[in-house]
Amino acid sequence: MIGRALGAAAALLLAGGAGWVLTAPDPLPDALAAGPPGDPGRGALVFAAAGCASCHVAPEAEIGEAPVLAGGRAFVSPFGTFLAPNISPSPQGVGDWSDAEIMGAVMRGVSPSGAHYYPALPYAAYAKADPQDMRDLVAHLRTLPPSSARSLPHDVPFPFSIRRGIGLWKRLNLDEGWVVAGDLSKAATRGRYIAEALSHCGECHTPRGALGGLDHARWLSGAPNPSGEGRIPDITPAGLDWSESDIAYYLETGFTPDFDTAGAEMAMVVSELAKLPAEDRAAIAAYLKSVPPVE
Amino acid sequence: MTRTIRLALAATGLAAIAGLASAQAFDPTRAHEVRVSHMKLMGAHIGILGGMAKGEVEYDADTAAAAADTLAALAATAGNLYWVEGSSSADLEDSRALPVIWEKMEDFNAQEDALSKAAMAMKQAAGTDLAALQGAMGALGKGCGDCHETYRKPDEE
Repeated sequence: MIGRALGAAAALLLAGGAGWVLTAPDPLPDALAAGPPGDPGRGALVFAAAGCASCHVAPEAEIGEAPVLAGGRAFVSPFGTFLAPNISPSPQGVGDWSDAEIMGAVMRGVSPSGAHYYPALPYAAYAKADPQDMRDLVAHLRTLPPSSARSLPHDVPFPFSIRRGIGLWKRLNLDEGWVVAGDLSKAATRGRYIAEALSHCGECHTPRGALGGLDHARWLSGAPNPSGEGRIPDITPAGLDWSESDIAYYLETGFTPDFDTAGAEMAMVVSELAKLPAEDRAAIAAYLKSVPPVE
Repeated sequence: MTRTIRLALAATGLAAIAGLASAQAFDPTRAHEVRVSHMKLMGAHIGILGGMAKGEVEYDADTAAAAADTLAALAATAGNLYWVEGSSSADLEDSRALPVIWEKMEDFNAQEDALSKAAMAMKQAAGTDLAALQGAMGALGKGCGDCHETYRKPDEE
């Protein structure tokens, strides 16, 4: 009897231990963070492609040329409401963090103290980014205006309030490979890098499973709008029959082929993608034509 | 004349006066239809300019200038009469005009002014040459898009 109880306790301990290991934060390897210093000029383009400002400027603030990344925008999800933090170069933001700490947050979703971030920060995409691009991004971030705004806590109820559980989510959803595999043209390969690693198009345009992971089998095939109004459109070739030049022009100016314009969140995305070189927008268009159509 | 008829007549008269007192340029449904037409008319003229900007249609200075003139006139008259209360997406099934328009009318008007400025800049540029026209398209897209971003309900698809 006592033996059996001891056995059960040991099993529990083992399971707990395994759970503890499985949910442990996996920090960015030092080798990835090390390298030549970042170039803030190049980083400005990475920053625009990665869409950082769209989420991290204050509610209703304009992005402009030198955005104030004060945070405060709310993102409603089935798991709770996430509030974008201050990531400006100030003591209230990330001003006191090392480059490696910022890169660990962006590419692994791990805070300087070793806690998990919620995947509202699309680190599953940024994990695929070129570390040099990320060093450039950090160098640019440090040139932006500081904000003393306090980051507000997320409103996430139990059980999702247990951050350790995010470790399991990461095991299920962090994948270093490309979603669209196979041989792509040079342009489409560049477009895949921008779309999957930086611009994180899939975060809105791909439907999610029960645990909030992106459904790679239905990549970019559209999803309910988290705001509850309308749907985010299917941008696979099954849902988007625009020509490549139409897509590239839309990403530059916001004009659809019939000269309506982008609305809602996409207007902000376009205003950032407009800052990229024309060939990068053409690359995204080439990539979208290479995505498997999902009916 | 019986009392009932007199009362009925008086009521009709009152209703007529009340109707006059609250008269708007357009009733909400009509306001919605008119502004959709206006948006489409602006879109059609932007389409002439955009077709040239994208290289789908050969650039013609006279046509571009004429389209930009009309667009500037249309943009300058946007919304004088048709942003009628009761015509938001919460009131009318087809409307995509978010109720927040009427809560932030000052900012909304500023956005309309910004579009008008972008259309005026296009008016200056369109007849000059293709490069000038292409250069003015981005600001025009931003003029349209900034307002749609905040004040238009997402497409139901």
